[in-house]
Amino acid sequence: MSDKVNLDRRQFLGTASAAIAGFAIAPGLFLYDFANARPTGGAASAGVRWGMLIDSTLCQSSCNDCVSACNKEHDLPAAKSPTDVQWIRKVELKQISTGRQISLPMMCLHCAEPPCVDVCPTQASFKRADGIVLVDKHRCIGCRYCMMACPYKARSFVHEAVLSHDGEMPRGQGTVESCTLCDHRVDRGEQPACVEACAKAGHSAMLFGDLNNPDSEIYRRVRSVASTQLRADLGLNPNISFVGL
Amino acid sequence: MNLLRALALLLILMISFGSVSAVPMPKLDIGLGGHCVENPGYMRQNHMHMLKHQRDETVRQGIRGGKFSLSECVNCHASKPDDNVLGGSAHFCQGCHEYAAVKIDCFECHSSKRKIIVGVGK
Repeated sequence: MSDKVNLDRRQFLGTASAAIAGFAIAPGLFLYDFANARPTGGAASAGVRWGMLIDSTLCQSSCNDCVSACNKEHDLPAAKSPTDVQWIRKVELKQISTGRQISLPMMCLHCAEPPCVDVCPTQASFKRADGIVLVDKHRCIGCRYCMMACPYKARSFVHEAVLSHDGEMPRGQGTVESCTLCDHRVDRGEQPACVEACAKAGHSAMLFGDLNNPDSEIYRRVRSVASTQLRADLGLNPNISFVGL
Repeated sequence: MNLLRALALLLILMISFGSVSAVPMPKLDIGLGGHCVENPGYMRQNHMHMLKHQRDETVRQGIRGGKFSLSECVNCHASKPDDNVLGGSAHFCQGCHEYAAVKIDCFECHSSKRKIIVGVGK
């Protein structure tokens, strides 16, 4: 009941702020961040579905900026061995018959039907109302069922004690972690660190936005450009999909 | 019988006073000090419940900017010389938890350092 009341209030605030932004700049031109920032103290809205569209035709194989931006944002050590923590990685693919090569970033795809959430025995793995799939490390017992359940190998286990805590996200030994879609930034109305770095590098291969918002760029793009969900046959309906696979 | 009671009372008093004097109250560096979010007596008894309640709301529902935040505890109470709530018996978190014989694992994941160096106590 109270959730419903809050949702209505948020929707009102969102509409009102979008209208103000529209008046302030020009008709039809919105201040993106202002219109999407949640009021402080509000909960993540179920009316929002955060997602990403990654264009592999724009992604450059020589560029690693998304990975280094993520490592910097969350104070992650650069992965050296297969057991090291990786929230995002660059993948190079080659079509054998034609020799066509593509490069793309891979991370947690934030499924609408996440198998990691289904298998978690402590409900540490959960999906937030706005579609972001997270690990509540206060509850995580480090059993790693979620890592086995994830078909994208998106999650990592923290094997060793974390000595540096300069990142935005608290991290600790004995828990599972993965891409959080930079929820701390998204809650402030900003873009995830990887998306920002990709745009800064001049590639803009990653498009982030609300898949439920008809005014957002990603809403228009997924309706006008052919995109692919990885392993769509599994029916997980990931919020992150790809162009040019 | 009365004498026995009096002796027993004296014994209890001696034991209780003895235990108090054996473990002195910690002398804590309270950092920036000033007004806390609640009064000190309430904070001593209930800070863990407040933090636990708010952490669940923040992590699971995405509610930011709440009144009771661990990083705000650290920002106010980190000791002035090294901007940390851990490090020795005079440091705010460590000193009191040593006295109370409570092991805290907040800082195995969370930062124990002050983030806002030039800050004013609230």
